[in-house]
Amino acid sequence: MSLFANISMEFLVASGIGWVTACGVYLMLRGRSFPVVLGLTLLGYAVNIFIFVMGRLWSAAPPILGQGDVQADPLPQALVLTAIVIGFATTGFVIELALRSRAESGTDHVDGREPGA
Amino acid sequence: MNPLATIVLLPLVAGTLLCFAFGRDNSPARRLLTALVAGAVTLTALGMLLSLAPQVFAGQTLVAHTDWVPSLGLSIGWRLDGLALMFALLITGIGSLIVLYAHFYLAESDPAGKFYTLLMLFMAAMLGIVMSDNIMLLVVFWELTSVSSFLLVGYWGHKEEARAGARMALAVTGGGGLVMLAGFVLLGQIAGSYELSDILQRGDVIKADPLYPVMLVLILVGCFTKSAQVPFHFWLPEAMAAPTPVSAYLHSATMVKAGIFLLARLYPAVGGTDLFEGIVASFGLATVAFAAWVAIFKHDLKGLLAYSTVSHLGFITFLIGLNSPLSAVAAVFHILNHATFKAALFMSAGIVDHECGTRDMRRLGGLLRLMPWTATFAMTAAAAMAGIPLFNGFLSKEMFFHEAVEATMFWGAAVPVVATFAGVCSMAYSLRLVHDTFFNGSPKDLPADAHPHDPPFGMLAPVALLAVLCVVVGVIPALTYGPLVEVAARALLGGDTPDYHLALWHGFNLPLLMSGVAVVVGAALYVALQRVFRLHGYTPRAFSGKATFTCLIDGLFGFAGRLTARFENGSLQRSLALMVAFAIVLAAAPFWAADTLPGTGPRELMPASPLALAVWVLLLASATMLVLTHHNRFQALVLTGVVGLVTAFTFVGLSAPDLALTQLSVEVVSTVLLLMGLALLPQRTPFESGALRRGRDALLAVFAGGGVAGLTWLMLTRTHESISWFFLDKSLSEGGGTNVVNVILVDFRGYDTFGEITVLGIAGIGVLALLDGFRTRRPDADPDGRRWAYEEQPLLLRVAARVVLPLALLVSAYIFWRGHNVPGGGFIAGLITAVALVMQYMALGQARAEALLHGAAGRRFSRWIGSGLAIAGLTGIGAFWFGRPFLTSAHGHPALPLLGELPLASAAAFDLGVYITVVGATMLTLSVLGAASKEQHG
Repeated sequence: MSLFANISMEFLVASGIGWVTACGVYLMLRGRSFPVVLGLTLLGYAVNIFIFVMGRLWSAAPPILGQGDVQADPLPQALVLTAIVIGFATTGFVIELALRSRAESGTDHVDGREPGA
Repeated sequence: MNPLATIVLLPLVAGTLLCFAFGRDNSPARRLLTALVAGAVTLTALGMLLSLAPQVFAGQTLVAHTDWVPSLGLSIGWRLDGLALMFALLITGIGSLIVLYAHFYLAESDPAGKFYTLLMLFMAAMLGIVMSDNIMLLVVFWELTSVSSFLLVGYWGHKEEARAGARMALAVTGGGGLVMLAGFVLLGQIAGSYELSDILQRGDVIKADPLYPVMLVLILVGCFTKSAQVPFHFWLPEAMAAPTPVSAYLHSATMVKAGIFLLARLYPAVGGTDLFEGIVASFGLATVAFAAWVAIFKHDLKGLLAYSTVSHLGFITFLIGLNSPLSAVAAVFHILNHATFKAALFMSAGIVDHECGTRDMRRLGGLLRLMPWTATFAMTAAAAMAGIPLFNGFLSKEMFFHEAVEATMFWGAAVPVVATFAGVCSMAYSLRLVHDTFFNGSPKDLPADAHPHDPPFGMLAPVALLAVLCVVVGVIPALTYGPLVEVAARALLGGDTPDYHLALWHGFNLPLLMSGVAVVVGAALYVALQRVFRLHGYTPRAFSGKATFTCLIDGLFGFAGRLTARFENGSLQRSLALMVAFAIVLAAAPFWAADTLPGTGPRELMPASPLALAVWVLLLASATMLVLTHHNRFQALVLTGVVGLVTAFTFVGLSAPDLALTQLSVEVVSTVLLLMGLALLPQRTPFESGALRRGRDALLAVFAGGGVAGLTWLMLTRTHESISWFFLDKSLSEGGGTNVVNVILVDFRGYDTFGEITVLGIAGIGVLALLDGFRTRRPDADPDGRRWAYEEQPLLLRVAARVVLPLALLVSAYIFWRGHNVPGGGFIAGLITAVALVMQYMALGQARAEALLHGAAGRRFSRWIGSGLAIAGLTGIGAFWFGRPFLTSAHGHPALPLLGELPLASAAAFDLGVYITVVGATMLTLSVLGAASKEQHG
């Protein structure tokens, strides 16, 4: 394990967020609605974790009083909790928008018409 | 209420609302009623002003203040001094005549309610301008006059010229108002106060400030646009498309005088310098002469009057600009005189138009015989406009000539010459108006149904009153307008007036000679133009302020259109790519500008566990795989779920149990949701992006991801300072719970949560609106040609679902209840319940589950959302009973038999609202989608 001895959690989290963001952005820039919805979902994950870790990384220190001496920063957690639920509602809205758009325009391309048409 | 505020609020609130309410029905009785209400409101305001007048005449300045936004220095302040009184009397006095006149002027088909409502709004705005003591309040009313005048000019919205004229008036005066606002902010900064009472005392400080010239020019732009000074004059003739009562009221007596009012109002603070005189008097002088010359060549009666108005506004501007106390007296005197004769002339023009069906002076003529009364009054007012002795206009014109001779401006001897020239033109156009309308043969080419005769008494009476006033004031000025001129001039100067004497006869002097020259040469000029140059055949050249304005506006629109087309070609992909690129640039800019790039911070790093490393590798692999194989949509969906699970795992590992629970349950419902959506969409994404497009997107993605990663690293390695310790300290003592996240959600930041569940509910309702009643045919087979199976769900699943449901509900109740102290709460409990219900849908099928839950294709779940929001809202309102702010929570620890001590907080009721909303919104989204994909088989 000495190979990994110098790797920190901070590095893992930062690079993970970055990679998921990159994948999400790439998918969001696709032309069909379904990959866009997935890209949006990925970006949502990345943003939620990003906001969450603004309270820094804490191991085994849940923000519950009476359990241990240290507590993690509870504020970003509270913010992210509602963000997760609203992110779900947004995903629901967007996927149903995609359905409606396909029914109206006959294509699942985001511009509402087949490329070249 | 304070009488000053009442005078403004009366038309603003009572006037507009009553006229609107009564005027909705356009029957003759209602039209009369609306006019009566408008008249009553106007006369009441006039009466109140008159009752306050003795105090103002006694030298008092009435002031009233109410705080508005004290921290910004804003207050609602009212002020009534001599200047304000004069203008307010003008506004309400002429206003009441206009109300009477308009009742007879408007056709049966014109909506009277709309007219009087807007008229009341405008009147209130004008009264607000002249009676404001706070300059920011003044700006609000100033823009309100622009808006209400826009609506009044465009009253006949079916006419193209009315719409164009209204738009131009709004663009010029509204735009000028914005420039003026900038000037006012500077003025307030320099003076240290936005109250006129203070500003007017600090003229020396203001004029000595280095920013004084900038501030002055900005404010003057506002004044000049409003009062139609060259080169901003062109909107006023175009605004003549308005109904004539509007022209008479706004464009002669009141609104165009707002700019002049402001010059007069601020004179003690910003006036009296060489710069002020140089700019204001020069523009005024140029306007007097230019507009008077142009007026002669206008064939349209109202067009002539409009240019004459521009000229007279220049006349007053010139007088205010001069550094001479006597000119201030002349200015306020002429404001009154001009309003008197010009309103009469506009109303006469309206009568002529009304009776003859045209205002073109080439077709009119000989109306003296047909409508003798109108002709008499109009000629009286025209004589005043021309400056003939015995009429009021003569007196102020004499003073104007006197000031022009005495002026010590850098234009030198040119000033009296230009002034005399303006007088000549003024005589010529007045003569033309009278001769072409009431003499000069007989009317030609009138519409067949026009039988010109004197109008009804109600329409003639206002003109008569004003015409009589022209003569009375012309003969005994000191006994009529004298006292008002005195107090107004005092307020303008901010001190005592010089010795002056308002009288008809001042002896033989230079001004009298100039007047004589003006009358004789003006008459000769008119005769020459008519006989020698055939004035009626003259057509104006194409170049004008209007053409320039139109050209500028078209150019602006064209530029905006081309700019938009360059960036926006209808492709959302392209817009999104631009947006991402812009966000990257925006985020990178501060780093670019920094001298030294920030590096790794001093915070001690947390060593990575082997498990974390493994999860990290899983994340990278699945995300990469997802991007590479996203064309297979089902697989992509599964891989997205893996990323979601890693997210939940991250929350577990980094001390956020609440978030982990939330993420897990959301993961379940959102995967189900996406699967349901995918069933109705193509199963594969076609390969259609070219290599170039993919390369561009990959580059953007890498920059975005790299940027976010770098930013996260910078933040994570820095020491942690947070306001959160407050919440940790107070959670138990003030929120009554040990789970700080939940206490923040339902108590400390309950208002935010209330907003968030509202958003949740709105998203749910939005989904319902999108897909309600929407049915789409699901393909019978998957892309590989395998037919979907429609067998009954497996028995085992059905049984298991039934067993699991009560257990799951129990678990969510438990999670809900304990949430205040250990991980759990309304959000998580709601999601768990939703998961359990979704399982029923999967096990029993859409139809049976719907029947059990009374879902009605998802529509019923909107009731859940509604009741959840209501419970949360009512809990919040409950705090008002105890005199506490919205959503203040109460808690206690009642001891119950069997259960022991129970921590009970009112926040629990709020959390119940959260729970119900979450269940409702989730189920609605799923259920609507399920209903949309009704199976098509038998």
